[in-house]
Amino acid sequence: MIDARVRKQFLGSAETAPFTLDVHVKTQAGLAVLFGPSGAGKSLTLDSIAGFAKPDEGRILVDDVLLFDAAAGLSLSPQRRRCGYVIQNSALFPHMTLRENLAFAAERLDRLERRRQVGEMLERFRLTEVAGSRPAALSGGQRQRGAIARALLSQPRLLLLDEPSSGLDFALREEFYAVLDEVRKAFQMPMLLVTHDLDEALQLGDEMFVFKGGRVVQSGPPSAILDHPATEEVAGLLGRFNVFDAEIVAMDPAAKSSRLRCGPGFEIAGPYFPGHLLGSRLRLGVRAEMLRVKPFGGAGVVLKLLRQSRRTQTVRLEFAGGIVAEMPERAFDGESHNGEWVVEFPPSALRQLKS
Amino acid sequence: MAIDWFPLWLSLRVAALSTIVALLAGLWLGWLQTTKNYRGKDILDAVVTLPMVLPPTVLGYYLLIVLGRQSALGRLYEWIFGQSLVFTWQAAVLAALLHSAPLLIKFSTAALESVPRRYGKAARSLGASEWMVFWRVTLPLAWNQILAATTLAFARALGDFGITMMVAGNIPGRTQTISVAIYDAVEGGRGDVARVLVLVISAVALVSLTLANRLGRVSVGKATH
Repeated sequence: MIDARVRKQFLGSAETAPFTLDVHVKTQAGLAVLFGPSGAGKSLTLDSIAGFAKPDEGRILVDDVLLFDAAAGLSLSPQRRRCGYVIQNSALFPHMTLRENLAFAAERLDRLERRRQVGEMLERFRLTEVAGSRPAALSGGQRQRGAIARALLSQPRLLLLDEPSSGLDFALREEFYAVLDEVRKAFQMPMLLVTHDLDEALQLGDEMFVFKGGRVVQSGPPSAILDHPATEEVAGLLGRFNVFDAEIVAMDPAAKSSRLRCGPGFEIAGPYFPGHLLGSRLRLGVRAEMLRVKPFGGAGVVLKLLRQSRRTQTVRLEFAGGIVAEMPERAFDGESHNGEWVVEFPPSALRQLKS
Repeated sequence: MAIDWFPLWLSLRVAALSTIVALLAGLWLGWLQTTKNYRGKDILDAVVTLPMVLPPTVLGYYLLIVLGRQSALGRLYEWIFGQSLVFTWQAAVLAALLHSAPLLIKFSTAALESVPRRYGKAARSLGASEWMVFWRVTLPLAWNQILAATTLAFARALGDFGITMMVAGNIPGRTQTISVAIYDAVEGGRGDVARVLVLVISAVALVSLTLANRLGRVSVGKATH
C-alpha cells in the first residue's frame, strides 16, 4: 500500500511561474499510473516518495513504513527508503558493464550470493548474453530491462517508474510492457508509473491518478475514468475515446490477428490478444481521431450517422452504437448528405482496457 | 655551451608535487561545491577563482605575508622544520600551487557538475552511500575531464614565474626553476642557454596540452551515451 500526501510550494523566478504541488496518492493497486501533461507534478511526486525532493508538508507511508512525516520532522534518506527508481533513459552507469551495474545494487551481499543473484536476474530478464557489455552497446529494450533488474536487486519496497518507455519505439514498448507484466506477477510489489501517454496509462494501470497543475483531478480504475471523466478538464486530458465491449470470435496467433464481435452490433478485425481465448470478452477503447471514416467503399463497418457537430476545421460524427469519430471539415462537406458511412477501426489503434 | 639541467628537474618536481596537491584540493572542493548547499558557497567560489585574475606580484605578496618569518604560520613552519619556508624549493611548490590550483578546481567542479544527476539518483535509490556515489559513479564519469584539467594544471605549474620569484627567489641549484633560469640566462646575455631551455619547456607544454585535448575528447565521447 502506498499512501503519499505531499505539499510543496515553489516560488516563481524570472523564468518559472510559481507552482504548488498538493496531491494525495493512496493506492493498493499493483500498478498505479500517474498520468497528466508535462509540468503537472507527476515526477516531483515520485521524487518526493524516493527522497529526492523534500515536501513542505505531508506524510509518505509505504506498507507499514513511514518514509516521511513533516509534522514529526522525519525524513528517511533516499538510501534508506528502498524505492527502486527506474528513470527515463535507464540511468544504467555507462562506465560499468551490465553485470557490474547489477552487482552495484547487490553490494550488501557477500561475493558468492551476489554473483548468484546477479546471474539469476540476468537470466530472468534475458540479459545473460549481453552481461559483459556496457550500456552504450545495448538496445533500448535491453537497457530498460537491465534498469529494472538492477532496481529489483536492491530489494525495494516498491518500484517507481518515471516515463520508463520514453524513447522506445512501438515494438520495444510492447516488449517492455510485457516485462512489466512479468515483474508484477513475479514480485508482487507496488509500482507507481509516471507517464503522459494515455495509451500507456490505459494499457498498464490498475489504478490511475490524473494530474493537472500540481493537483490530482481524478483517480480510480482507468476504464472508469475513461467512461466517466469527472470534469471537462479530465475529459480534455483524456481526449475523445470510444469504449465498448467485444467478444473474440476468431483468432490467428500466427498472423497476430483476431476477429471481434463488438457490443454496438458489428464485427471488426483486431490484433492478437495474448492470454485470451476464443469467446473471451474484452473491454476495448479507441480514440475518435484514430477511426477512418469514408462515405463508401473499402474495408470497414457501415454505420448510420445520427448527429454531427462542427469544430475548428473538423467535424465530430456520432454514429449508431455510440461510436464517435472525427474527420476533416473539407472531406465531410462534399458528402454531408450521406446517411450511412464506412467506419474503419485500425487494429493497431484498439486498446484493451482494464475493466 | 654548458647547460645546467637542475632548473628543469626542479620545475618538474615542483609542478608534479603542486599538481598532486591541487588535484586533491580540486576533488574535495569539487565534491563540496557539487553535492552540498551551504552558506557562503558563492564566496568560496570567488576566493578560489581570485588567483586567476590577480597579478602574480599580489599573490606573491600575500604568500610572503601569510608564510613569512613575521607571520604565525611562518613561525610555526620554522619551529617544525627548523628553517624558514621563504626562499626554499618548498615555497616554489606553494607558488606553483597558487598559480595552477584555481584552474584545476574550476575544471574539476565543472566536470563533476556535468555528470547527469540521474546517475547519482539511481545510485542513491539503490542504497549507495554518498561516499560510494562519489567514488564509484560520479568520479569515474568525470575522471577523463579531471585528468585533462590535471594535465593543464601541470603545464601551468611548470610555467609560473612571478609568484616563484617573490617567495622562492632565484638561488641557482636551490630554488631556480626553469622559467626563472630562462629569465636569468637572458639577463646574463646567455642567449644560447635561454633558447635551449625555452625549446624544452615549450615541448613539455605542447605534449601536456595535446594529452589534455585527447583526454577531454575521450570523456566527451563517453558522455554521449
